[in-house]
Amino acid sequence: MNSGLMKRTVKPPADLGEARIDRVAIGERLRQLFDEVVNEPVPDDFLDLLRQADERKAPGAADPEGGQ
Amino acid sequence: MSDAARPPADPARDQIFKKELVALIPQLRAFARSLTGDPTAADDLAQDAMVKAWDARASFEMGTNMKAWTFMILRNQFYSEKRRSWRQSQLDQEAAERTLVAIDDPSAPVALDELRMGLAMLPAEQREALILVGAGGFAYEEAALICGCAVGTVKSRVSRARRALMEILRRGEYFRDGAPAGDAMGTILAQAERLSNAT
Repeated sequence: MNSGLMKRTVKPPADLGEARIDRVAIGERLRQLFDEVVNEPVPDDFLDLLRQADERKAPGAADPEGGQ
Repeated sequence: MSDAARPPADPARDQIFKKELVALIPQLRAFARSLTGDPTAADDLAQDAMVKAWDARASFEMGTNMKAWTFMILRNQFYSEKRRSWRQSQLDQEAAERTLVAIDDPSAPVALDELRMGLAMLPAEQREALILVGAGGFAYEEAALICGCAVGTVKSRVSRARRALMEILRRGEYFRDGAPAGDAMGTILAQAERLSNAT
């Protein structure tokens, strides 16, 4: 029964508020853009490369190079 | 002499390092994409950085900020390639054009396309500062470390980049209402250039 009486919300002054909202909107969209790539599945090449780099450094790796 | 020698191989440490490095790959890809504006070139760059980080693992101090460390490696890699093979003065313009072509996807959300386009128009140093702080979650101090510049420089780059982007996005809304795309691009580019050179 009281809900209608408490409706007053505090609003920031118009211009300051607008500039802040712009900043927030840009920040959110930037993160969105970045996260779009972050959330893509990682291509297999990455892990393959890392495995190769690992084996290259390991002493006595099973497969000596040159057999290509 | 023995202090300076490479520490002996430590398989357990390597395993932990590798696990953390793998967990950072998505972030490295995103940062690389934001620097190059081109998915294929970005993945090449991210892969180079990943392998470099792996090869340099002995020099990484475990427990410190590995994300910042790998981002620094990626960034250095990007600029050393850029110095080798690209003409600096044309880079930003070319990146903007490439991005414009790349985003010609009618199903993509308009606002994100405009942001991508706007980012491509910013000078590289402003773009990277804004991405690191605004999307990468780095503090100004960490971003300064990654970019090899003063904290105040990062702050001013970020704020100039924000201002220029806001303006580009505002114009974008205006131009979407029917001005020819070519004219709109020319005006936006000129505007972006003016804004990013201001102050």
